[in-house]
Amino acid sequence: MTNATDRKSAAQSAKASKRERRESPAQQPKLGFFGTLRWLWRQLTSMRTALFLLLILAVAAVPGSIFPQTNIDSTRVTNYLAEHRTIGPWLDRFGFFNVFSSPWFAAIYLLLVISLLGCIIPRTRKQVRALHAPIPKMPRRLDRLPEHRECTIDASPQDVLQAAQSVLRAKRYRFRVDTTAEGVPQAIAAEGGRLREAGNLLFHTCLVFVIIAVAYGHLVGWNGQVIVPAGQGFTSTASRYDTLDTGPLVNIANLTPFSINVNHMDVTFEHDVPSTSPQYGQPRDFVASVTAKLPNMAPKATTIEVNHALDIASTEVYLLGNGYAPKVTVRNAKGQILYADETPFLPQNNNYTSVGAIKVPGASPKQLGFFGFFLPTASFSSTQGPTSTFPALNNPALVLGLYEGNLFPDGSPQSVYTLDTQQMTQVKGSDGQPLRLLIRPGQTVKLPDKLGSITLDSVPRWAGLSVRYDPGKMPALYGALLALLGLIMSMTLRRRRLFVKVAAAADEGEPDDRRTLVTIGGLSKGEDPRLPVGLDNLLESIVKRTGKP
Amino acid sequence: MITAATDHVANAALNTASIHFLWSSAAVLTLAMLAFGIDLAGFPARDARAKEREAERAKALENSAVAQKVATGAGGGTAVLDSAPRPANPAEGGDAEEKRKWAGIGMSLSWLGGLLLVANVVFRAWSVDRPPLANMYEFAAVGTMFVMVAFLGWSLRKDVRWLGLFVVAPVVLVEMLCAVVFYTAASSVLPSLKSPWLMIHVTVATLSIALFTIAFSLTILYFIQLWREEKDEEWQAEGGARFRFMDSMPKSDVLDRTSYGVIILAFPLWTFTLIAGSIWAQKAWGSYWTWDPKEVWTLVIWVVYAAYLHARLTAGWTGKKAAYIALAGFACILVNYMIVNVFFVGMHSYSGM
Ligand code: HEM
Repeated sequence: MTNATDRKSAAQSAKASKRERRESPAQQPKLGFFGTLRWLWRQLTSMRTALFLLLILAVAAVPGSIFPQTNIDSTRVTNYLAEHRTIGPWLDRFGFFNVFSSPWFAAIYLLLVISLLGCIIPRTRKQVRALHAPIPKMPRRLDRLPEHRECTIDASPQDVLQAAQSVLRAKRYRFRVDTTAEGVPQAIAAEGGRLREAGNLLFHTCLVFVIIAVAYGHLVGWNGQVIVPAGQGFTSTASRYDTLDTGPLVNIANLTPFSINVNHMDVTFEHDVPSTSPQYGQPRDFVASVTAKLPNMAPKATTIEVNHALDIASTEVYLLGNGYAPKVTVRNAKGQILYADETPFLPQNNNYTSVGAIKVPGASPKQLGFFGFFLPTASFSSTQGPTSTFPALNNPALVLGLYEGNLFPDGSPQSVYTLDTQQMTQVKGSDGQPLRLLIRPGQTVKLPDKLGSITLDSVPRWAGLSVRYDPGKMPALYGALLALLGLIMSMTLRRRRLFVKVAAAADEGEPDDRRTLVTIGGLSKGEDPRLPVGLDNLLESIVKRTGKP
Repeated sequence: MITAATDHVANAALNTASIHFLWSSAAVLTLAMLAFGIDLAGFPARDARAKEREAERAKALENSAVAQKVATGAGGGTAVLDSAPRPANPAEGGDAEEKRKWAGIGMSLSWLGGLLLVANVVFRAWSVDRPPLANMYEFAAVGTMFVMVAFLGWSLRKDVRWLGLFVVAPVVLVEMLCAVVFYTAASSVLPSLKSPWLMIHVTVATLSIALFTIAFSLTILYFIQLWREEKDEEWQAEGGARFRFMDSMPKSDVLDRTSYGVIILAFPLWTFTLIAGSIWAQKAWGSYWTWDPKEVWTLVIWVVYAAYLHARLTAGWTGKKAAYIALAGFACILVNYMIVNVFFVGMHSYSGM
């Protein structure tokens, strides 16, 4: 006995001290280290903080859509910095060109994750407890509840109670039948919609899961881009990619060396509309026919299309771009081949006016570098110079200038599409103007000063492939779908308590066992504008199962 | 190539028809707007007449109070409480409510205008031979169609004639924008847009934007109603209420709850939009999330409406403060649609403008 009282008084004093703390904020400095931590934790996990963090997250994401972002288009960032010399460096310093990997953005979402965990854990505990909690007691007077109904039914009280039980069962309510002292059932207390809270918890938990899955994908995933002229192939090794982005935990030596050969590229362009339409010449379809091969496996012929990737070694290969790779042969004055290769040119606009460079390091005494345009449908206007007027090969031509000198002045890596002309001089034509070569397929053009000749053999297309490994992708998708399920549960279910009481109807003073007075009452947790409708439906279903009112 | 050419002519004819439907719909809905306006403006007079009748009926009821008691006693005593001053039995109390002729005309015209809008979308789809959801023009037309469908569907279940003006007016505005500013010639789409996910993603996005638009109208009405309720005493003191026609609409708390109800419906749809968009991005661009401006704004909208839902559950943030967040959410939708599509550089820049 004493033990029990002791415990009780201890509990009371604990409660009292808790109340005291809440009521006297002036005592906060006395909280001590752990007390402060607890206080901070409470603040961080309060609903109000979650609300502010959400709003701040929304505001913080906006600059990422206004300013060019390095991870999307670094050229635009460079241009922006060149155009805005005063504000640009400041924006750069504060991470405005890398918003989504900046420390301040990370701080916001990390705080949100902590706040989320802080709200999920105690709520889960509470939910588990609620699952075992008994069904609430019957209130004495149902007409004091927020909603109540009353009606008389032509059936015995027991039949009505039976009907009410089957309706509640169909609605998946938990319920308890209360009996009188003599053991006659007379009332039902029911509770439903507890899955609403479960759904809400599922939603918030899945949000955390999705964030973790995305982070995991970033850490161990990688993404390589490579341009492959039709007729050629590539093997997936780190050095073969034109660009390769790897997560911090990726060991690039361990990539599975599968290989893909691009047999041919089919591209169609819109030509069925007037040439003034903005849609004229827009791409309509890209298909790359490829042969894919895993190490130690037989090669397999397949296609890669837009919206239709190739799956190989848990890695996906996407067709994201296309263009022309003129096959060019450069010979020296003696006719020896110095260079013979498909050289990809990069399209600059919808009509595939493409730029590129042909570097001939084997030329002597000076190295040679051609640069200029490839035009699939060439047109020469006095105002715009050489341009292409349609993206297909209707009138293909290479328009090139020529430099001689040192192609790689400091030995550092450079773009294959441009020449570094620091240590080169431009070759002039016989008229003293910079040399301009116009070469059509099959033509060979002689270079001045006994530099040799250049031939345009053919114009195959190239395929721009993006190779991606992201193991976090599917977990993130499943997490998101589960979150959606939880959200729908928490938005559609209503947590309600319903009570049904029956009594023999008094007809002109005489209790009549064949007529029953039913009283039902209900209340909801939180906002529930449809509670009245719910009660009406319940009553209607009971009536329908028992007979006439 | 001859077949292609004739196809082209046929498609052009279909497309022209679809534009005619758009213009007719805008004209019809403008008339609907006027009718709803007249209906609202007529409210004070209607209300005065109703009060008169009410007074008369009260007198009559007093006279027959005894008879009334007997009647309800026999009725079994189902206690359905109703706050609206309505006669206990329409057969007894005479006309329950005056027929609102102009509101009826407004609804009929809305049905016609809505039907014409559906015809616009169907003919456009037929002329381009794909779901018409590939550029801003098509997107806006389908969006307004969803707004009308949602409103008309709702009107079958509830008397929402008071909302008519505030749904039809933005619809007409967007239709005019469609016809004059956004218009894009019919044509096939870029390869990356050829995907069932496009249809799913954009259809659901459009549907939820339609719902968010209705919720926005309700929120605006909520603010006006709240302002009137706050000013009411002051105005009474100055000699009578103003903006009496607004009395024909629900009270501010009902408007607040209704707009919350619509947002609750739209939010999961927007969540789905986000997921379906990521799936499509994964298929088309090889990455489900690239922080493209359009993606960023879709996320921002989602986060702002999540904040709204939280605000409604947070003490001290209910009512006005939460409603401000809902307005901010809709502002983000407008930015996403009007500004991001046209001015921001990203992978989604295929608006056709
Ligand atoms: C990424 C951040 C979050 C999102 C998107 C989010 C979203 C939501 C949504 C949509 C609801 C449903 C509202 C409703 O039922 O009307 C909700 C409810 C709720 N959220 Fe969050 N939430 C987030 C973070 C948090 C955090 C950090 C907390 C904890 C502090 C929290 C606590 C709650 C609570 C207590 C509810 C009410 C549940 C109920 O009504 O039964 N949420 N949240």
